Amino acid sequence: MQLARVIGTLVATQKYEGLEGVKFLVVQPLDKHRQPVGEPEVAADGTAQAGPGELVFVIASREAALVLPEWFVPVDLAISGIVDEVDLV
Amino acid sequence: MYIGRVSGTVVATIKNELFEGHKLLLVDKLNLDGKPTPKYDIAVDMVQAGVGDLVLVLDEGNSARQILDREPMGAIRAVVVGIVDEVTVPGSGIEV
Repeated sequence: MQLARVIGTLVATQKYEGLEGVKFLVVQPLDKHRQPVGEPEVAADGTAQAGPGELVFVIASREAALVLPEWFVPVDLAISGIVDEVDLV
Repeated sequence: MYIGRVSGTVVATIKNELFEGHKLLLVDKLNLDGKPTPKYDIAVDMVQAGVGDLVLVLDEGNSARQILDREPMGAIRAVVVGIVDEVTVPGSGIEV
């Protein structure tokens, strides 16, 4: 899992049937110092509680689908937690 | 699997239920010189590792689910599966 900042929301009315009810957020991947790295991506919100501005961690690939209440929906990135604190040495 | 160095911890109250009761560690992937690369993982600790430890990181979902006994479902991928005591690679700068 990697850190990311939620920078926006995304709504799509017309979407593949498995994606109904999935909440999408636009996230900016971060390095461990919380600096942006790479381009923004769209993630499904597995916590159902994340929102713009929040620091989260995301899980990619097959495991992304497993975060959601409905398993094996077609997503490749999902938010699996909202970060309270990162302690770096 | 890869060799990593634990460089921090991550605390989250709202998280996937799978991570309840497990520590989340921020682990830097090391290069052959033993230096941290920009790549890192937030990994689930299964071996009581701590900051500064040289660790063995598994980053594959099926194996991770086996470890947590959560097959075939469970949104988990990166797991710290060992604390390295010794690694010998001629010419490398990786040190415990």
